[in-house]
Amino acid sequence: MSTAAPGLRPEELRAALLSTIDFAMRAGATAADAVLVQQATFAAAVRLGEIEKLTDAREKRLGLRVFVGERSALSGTADLSRGGLARCAEDTVALARVTQPDPAQGLPDRTALATEAPDLDLYDDAAAAPSPDDAIARAREAEGAALASDPRLTNSEGAEFEQAAATIAYASSLGFDGGYRSSVFDLTVQPVAVSDGHMQRDYWYTRARHLARLQDAAEVGRRAAARTVRRLGGRRVPTQEAPVVFEPEVAASLLRHLAGAVVGQSLYRGTSFLLGRLGERIASDLVTVVDDGRLPSGHGSRPFDAEGLPTRRTTVVDQGRLASYLLDTYSARRLDLASTGNASRAVGDAPSAAPTNLYVAAGTTSPESIIASIDRGLLVTELIGFGVNPVTGDYSRGAAGLWIEHGELAYPVEEITIAGNLLDMFRDIELVGDDLEFRSSVASPTIKIGRMTIAGG
Amino acid sequence: MADSTRPERFFSDRYGVSSGALERALGTALARRADYGDLYFEFRTTTAVALEDGLVKKASKDVSQGVGARVLAGEKTGYAYSDDVTVATIEHAARTAGHIASDAGGAQAVALRPGRPARDLYTLPKPPGETALPDAIALLEAVDREARHHDPRIKNVMASLVVEHKLVMIVTSDGTMVSDVQPLARLQVTCIAEDGGRRQQGTYGGGGRQPFAFFLDGDRHLRFTREAARQALLNLDAVDAPAGEMTVVLAPGWPGILLHEAIGHGLEGDFNRKGTSAFATLLGTKVASELCTVIDDGTIPNRRGSLNVDDEGTPTSRTVLIERGILRGYLQDKLNARLMNMALTGNGRRESYAHSPMPRMTNTFMLAGESAPEDILRSVDRGLYAVSFGGGQVDITSGKFVFSASEAYLIEHGAVTRPVKGATLIGNGPDVLTRISMVGHDLALDEGIGTCGKNGQSVPVGVGLPTLRVDALTVGGTQA
Repeated sequence: MSTAAPGLRPEELRAALLSTIDFAMRAGATAADAVLVQQATFAAAVRLGEIEKLTDAREKRLGLRVFVGERSALSGTADLSRGGLARCAEDTVALARVTQPDPAQGLPDRTALATEAPDLDLYDDAAAAPSPDDAIARAREAEGAALASDPRLTNSEGAEFEQAAATIAYASSLGFDGGYRSSVFDLTVQPVAVSDGHMQRDYWYTRARHLARLQDAAEVGRRAAARTVRRLGGRRVPTQEAPVVFEPEVAASLLRHLAGAVVGQSLYRGTSFLLGRLGERIASDLVTVVDDGRLPSGHGSRPFDAEGLPTRRTTVVDQGRLASYLLDTYSARRLDLASTGNASRAVGDAPSAAPTNLYVAAGTTSPESIIASIDRGLLVTELIGFGVNPVTGDYSRGAAGLWIEHGELAYPVEEITIAGNLLDMFRDIELVGDDLEFRSSVASPTIKIGRMTIAGG
Repeated sequence: MADSTRPERFFSDRYGVSSGALERALGTALARRADYGDLYFEFRTTTAVALEDGLVKKASKDVSQGVGARVLAGEKTGYAYSDDVTVATIEHAARTAGHIASDAGGAQAVALRPGRPARDLYTLPKPPGETALPDAIALLEAVDREARHHDPRIKNVMASLVVEHKLVMIVTSDGTMVSDVQPLARLQVTCIAEDGGRRQQGTYGGGGRQPFAFFLDGDRHLRFTREAARQALLNLDAVDAPAGEMTVVLAPGWPGILLHEAIGHGLEGDFNRKGTSAFATLLGTKVASELCTVIDDGTIPNRRGSLNVDDEGTPTSRTVLIERGILRGYLQDKLNARLMNMALTGNGRRESYAHSPMPRMTNTFMLAGESAPEDILRSVDRGLYAVSFGGGQVDITSGKFVFSASEAYLIEHGAVTRPVKGATLIGNGPDVLTRISMVGHDLALDEGIGTCGKNGQSVPVGVGLPTLRVDALTVGGTQA
């Protein structure tokens, strides 16, 4: 396989960007910027040892933003022919002329632009040359190791190995013009356990920007197996209030809710439960949250943001105190603050603020000691549903996990909910684990919350 | 210029791809020993206009095009796609996908029979994609005025109108060559209410495969706006939701998300073929109270979840999933129907050319019963009346599902009393419908706002429900 047609060369991508901006300016734009993403993806899925699916793809898309004074419009296109780009630019300028003016709109100040693009070790050449045989072998090994771990693992949703190589280029009428390459490799396995007519599934994965830094496939499989088998025999617990421990993967979801409340657009729109709380204590003093756009090989790292500003390290929560929001140029202007270099944009959409690598700084307590600190409570291993109100912080989600009795894991629980309010929950964090790992762009160690409402039977 | 109202000509005109070239590409796809191959061409224009702070300051237009080639061999799928559509890239994608079949010597000749879908569920004299931008802006401005006029406590309004014009052409090794124009429009309104330091939001909206005029009919856009404002204001006064198992009454319409999560996903063919669905062994058995008949119907005119043909070229249909409590059928695509030796149901759907099809729902709803809605409420001594919902999710394998109420009330001694804060409801798919003791005569379909996600692919769907009494469901509030 892997015979996909070659993509555009870096100088061709750059030329497409610059000519699009040129077309827009000639059509009457007073400023413009554009982003181009070219990506090649290869994926191999295996189920019960057999190849289930192979996917091979190449895509490239250009996103253009134009300004006509204080008016703006956006477009996205996959048609990178010269005529296609010219038409796209003209259409976008025409669109901008009918929108309503907003003085906060516009490109960033020229002086704020990045002047260098540090190498953040985001790219592995292996991503551009997939080996189907190797990909299939890795997926088979992970699934095989999972299914061999326990006789109750008799079925599977399979294992998938995926790799992607991307080139991201950005230019603006301010004269900024930069680009970088990135890659990602991912191996996920999802076994199914059957016992007494009931089934459970769970999963585990490894993800890295470099092929050689993936965790051992068999180890990933065994971890998935252990996570799945421990769910067998899940039952409900009575409705009560109790301490709740979040495993790192689910603790990261709490951090995503926090991120949603500190990005600029949630603040100027008034849709954040943290509105007006800058400088206040919003979490336990054990909690420090950092956004670091330059973490070497980080899943959210980039040398400059989607408006050409340098990325940086921002302390969002400093020992419980809300120290900074995460901002792009527009939201910063609306809030009378400076951008934090967190502009992010989907091709064809407007930039908005988003975290880069966001993490809770590791604490000093081992996850085992956290469990041991609880007489009766819940260890959450999975959350489902969308029951979070971003405006009030009211929180209610479906949960599965393990019941803790006398400091030890006692039995699996399912079909329960956990509920509270995010602000109360962050303030009620009693312990932070020492087990921080950067497995994805949002990462947290194990976290213990003192008290939540658990609804069950 | 290719004509975007005549899909059968559009792709050959725009990309210079003749049916001879397509037949050769399918031949390439099936050069090894394969069961089936298809090509899916897509050209989609999405226009979005958004308002906030009283200004329509954002407008965008996105053009997406591409071709996906798929080859099936036994249980294996080969998939390749490209956003560059030429005879060479189609050939290349077909050859790449065809590598999934390992054995040589299966060459097949394909003779295409061009056609249009037998059904015509949404041909519009003036598709929403032709909406003049000033008209869209005027609509959003009217929404903003209506919300602020409704109540001074409404402090901000966010509204968006998203219009899609999608042309598809599906060419298969069965000889099918079918094309379709699929319009789609959606208006969504969010209001932020503020009173004495308390803030809340309310969201409402709707749409379908409808023209722009749909939103102005009977001032539908203003009704959506008042609903969003009403929800935001109502929630300002909401008390903590109860926690624990109790009787739940669901209002008609959008709460049909219960069916989508609790049973719909579990009845998709892929999970049942693989034996990973909690429903895998339950065909022909009783999974619901006999008051329950549940349908998936992709053939309702102008609905958001409807299609003339699915994304594999199969005509959509009306499928009985549960008949008077008995599980009758699954939702199928070509791969799973063939492997399970079952009939196609027209549920093979995909997000775009960059995705291979899977069995997916269209419009899923329960047929009306005989109870009066007020009698259903009166029958409950203490419980929850859930009127509107945010999203839901299901674990297909364990059967556990959730859906989150965004507007709900306590029921006390047969009367609807105080509004409560949003809460997640959790249950077990294979038995929740057995706990239904009353079904209202007031079936309603939702307003046309639903999007379903599965394995990273999003597709528009619809749901519907009459008023329903569920005798026991766990409500995830904070008041233990």
